[in-house]
Amino acid sequence: MKVRLKVWRQKNDRTAGSFEHYDTPDLNPNMSFLEMLDVVNEVLTEKGADPIAFDHDCREGICGTCSLTINGKPHGPHRGVATCQTYMRSFRDGDTITVEPFRADPFPVMRDLIVNRAAFDKIMQSGGFISVRTGAAPDANTIPISKEVADLAMDAAACIGCGACVAACKNASAMLFVSAKASQLNLLPQGKPEKDRRVLAMVQAMDEAGFGNCTNQYECSAVCPKLISEDFIARMNRDYMAATFRQTFGSVPSTVVGG
Amino acid sequence: MKLLTALFTTSIGKKVIMAVTGLILVGFVIGHLVGNLQIFAAPEVINSYAHFLQSLGPALWAVRLFLLAAVGLHIWAAIQLTLENRRARPRGYDINHTIQASYASRTMRWSGFIVLAFLLFHLAHFTARVGPYEKYNDMTATINHQGQVIEVLDVHSMMVIGFQQPLVSLFYIVAIGLLSLHLSHGIMSMFQSVGLVSNRWRAGLTKAAVVISVAYFIGNLLIPLSILLGWVDVQNPALLASS
Repeated sequence: MKVRLKVWRQKNDRTAGSFEHYDTPDLNPNMSFLEMLDVVNEVLTEKGADPIAFDHDCREGICGTCSLTINGKPHGPHRGVATCQTYMRSFRDGDTITVEPFRADPFPVMRDLIVNRAAFDKIMQSGGFISVRTGAAPDANTIPISKEVADLAMDAAACIGCGACVAACKNASAMLFVSAKASQLNLLPQGKPEKDRRVLAMVQAMDEAGFGNCTNQYECSAVCPKLISEDFIARMNRDYMAATFRQTFGSVPSTVVGG
Repeated sequence: MKLLTALFTTSIGKKVIMAVTGLILVGFVIGHLVGNLQIFAAPEVINSYAHFLQSLGPALWAVRLFLLAAVGLHIWAAIQLTLENRRARPRGYDINHTIQASYASRTMRWSGFIVLAFLLFHLAHFTARVGPYEKYNDMTATINHQGQVIEVLDVHSMMVIGFQQPLVSLFYIVAIGLLSLHLSHGIMSMFQSVGLVSNRWRAGLTKAAVVISVAYFIGNLLIPLSILLGWVDVQNPALLASS
């Protein structure tokens, strides 16, 4: 099969980009979308042209490195699948496929289809962690956690941080990502001590990065390769307001020294 | 105060403002509809009800200012959030792709704008009665109030004569249709924005929001429709004699 690519080309984050058209050589329908780009790049390289720059790493749907907006949908036509696991058999021979980077102001295009997702790292640094003491490892399973809570936390922890939620959101909001990362820790006993501080700090970092706001349309969960539910956004909204109420009206300890 | 700072400066805070003011306004429009459905009873019923509301005096103004503040905050939050959303994606996609965002959710801004324009007209038309509608002030009817017969504004005739103008009725029906569309997304959204919904009943809530919106539309549609079709007519003898 052969397809025609309409690809976004951009030298760096300071120059304007534009679309270029490329006709692929004959492709095996069972090659992945990224392998197809590899083949196109080989042809470009042989011709002495700049290959199309795109992000990729594990190519098995678990690392969150690959991106690409394919025909307007982040990670291509399928549900619950990342670009690396999208295969050419999902397209028809002779199709024109539009390939764009994830578009959001906090995700500047570095080159062609590669965007800088460091804004996510800033959000994680602000609260996406738990503080643990070093020393001997504690016995496993000493803290009881109900199966339902463990499973729910695991649903949130499935987030690979690819940024497709931001790319698909009509408003370039990062709320699905932030809510998944906050919830995976907030749900578990190990995350409880820092729960309020975490949700306040992560939402603040999200706002400061310049992401948009959720308008409850859930395009994010529809494109999420891990199918993270918008329920976590509701949970984050609730946790955020509860933390704000406690911060405003809650008791403060009378002693601030010793103990 | 940290709560106020959070409400007015953060993304989630402004969404909560949208949700809470939205809830107030949903409550108002439903109450307003129920009050207006009294048009189908004898004229004394809605005239007495209108007189009761007017007689509240300062309390009426307190409610009006409260509702005005809710409308103001709702619009303010919408503008702020929309501006931030625009800044968050200066360059859009070449292909506009939508998977599950409802038509209502994608047209909230437009339905909101047109409903606001209608609201201003509606207030000038029936509440303030200005310009060509000043004549409504001269229409009076009598009601039985605590054993006494008193003269009050004839709201029944005012509504009937108001909606007998096809263009006014058309604007009203379009605005109500758009408001119902707005509510079908808004009712679901306000639960999500304050975090009071989960997958156990999300589907049910989404359907309930649509059912409430459709019922709200039908209820409102019945008023101008019945008047245009002549099912509800002027019953004030003084006005009948003059026409």
